[in-house]
Amino acid sequence: MKFAVLVQEGPYHHQSSDSAYQFVTAAMDKRHEIIGVFFYHDGVINSSKLADIQADDRNITKRWSEVGEKGVDLVVCIAAAKRRGINDDVLAPGFRISGLGQLTEMAIKSDRLVTFGA
Amino acid sequence: MLHLVNKSPFASTSLESCLKFATKGAPILLFEDGIYGAMSGTALEAKIKDVMKDHPVYALKEDLMARGIDVVIDGVKTIDYPGFVELVERHKTCTWS
Amino acid sequence: MSDVSKIMFVMRKAPYGTIYSFEGLETVLIMGAYEQDVSLLFVDDGVYSIKKGTDTTPLGIKNFSPTFRVLEGYDIEKLYIDKESMDSRGLTLDDFVVEPEVLDKEQIAKLMEEQDVLFPF
Repeated sequence: MKFAVLVQEGPYHHQSSDSAYQFVTAAMDKRHEIIGVFFYHDGVINSSKLADIQADDRNITKRWSEVGEKGVDLVVCIAAAKRRGINDDVLAPGFRISGLGQLTEMAIKSDRLVTFGA
Repeated sequence: MLHLVNKSPFASTSLESCLKFATKGAPILLFEDGIYGAMSGTALEAKIKDVMKDHPVYALKEDLMARGIDVVIDGVKTIDYPGFVELVERHKTCTWS
Repeated sequence: MSDVSKIMFVMRKAPYGTIYSFEGLETVLIMGAYEQDVSLLFVDDGVYSIKKGTDTTPLGIKNFSPTFRVLEGYDIEKLYIDKESMDSRGLTLDDFVVEPEVLDKEQIAKLMEEQDVLFPF
């Protein structure tokens, strides 16, 4: 099946990013196609490579980049990103900044869209 | 429709709202802080048992473990992330956060 | 599957205290351009998003509540409100900047089941 995921919260502050990551990897293990992960609201902060994480904690951004390496489209909302100081200069590998049209496409093209957040 | 509830029922109206609009038979998955609703011996136990007359109720194992909850209310089904994915295969989702 | 998706925005959060409602509205305005079957449901504290008479001038926050009025121009005419959420907050249709259709919980449950995608904001 074609899955899409919406992440509405920033990393570390809420568990949403962790839950979304666990869900996405479990779905990929079951050979589902993840057509995209869309980062909205504070979720855009997931994409910042400036995060400096202690060795004994998970690196949420790096985990997403690994998901991106497997071909999953990681889309950061441009309007939400601008407000929060996220631009191409701070974007970690695998992420791209684009518009809400991408979320619309995911809603239309996926069999399931799962929201993690708020 | 699979209803996803990630807030503690002791702190938020998410579960209340979910129950208000969930049609009979629609499954409910408690995860993140939502799993506190699945714990046995709370003031909500009778209510959840009542809910289970109309809805299958699931609780996410990884979140139960993370919060030290060993015993869930009789009838609540414990599932892991692969089980979560299987539920989503069968149902569209509605998030109550 | 038909070419048109049924997409419902479930507006559950109060405006101004958090950004969900405002950024939710931004999403609605974009999706309105895609010729999908888009609807908005105001439920719980989401009903406060369309409250009349909001003045955010002293705070300097953008007053976006009146913007819900432009939805019609985007061909988004399906606005619904949960009767219980409205009643319990002491609000009536006269209190809102738009005129959503008032539904009870059974009607809303049925409507939600019909959707392809639900976006909570």
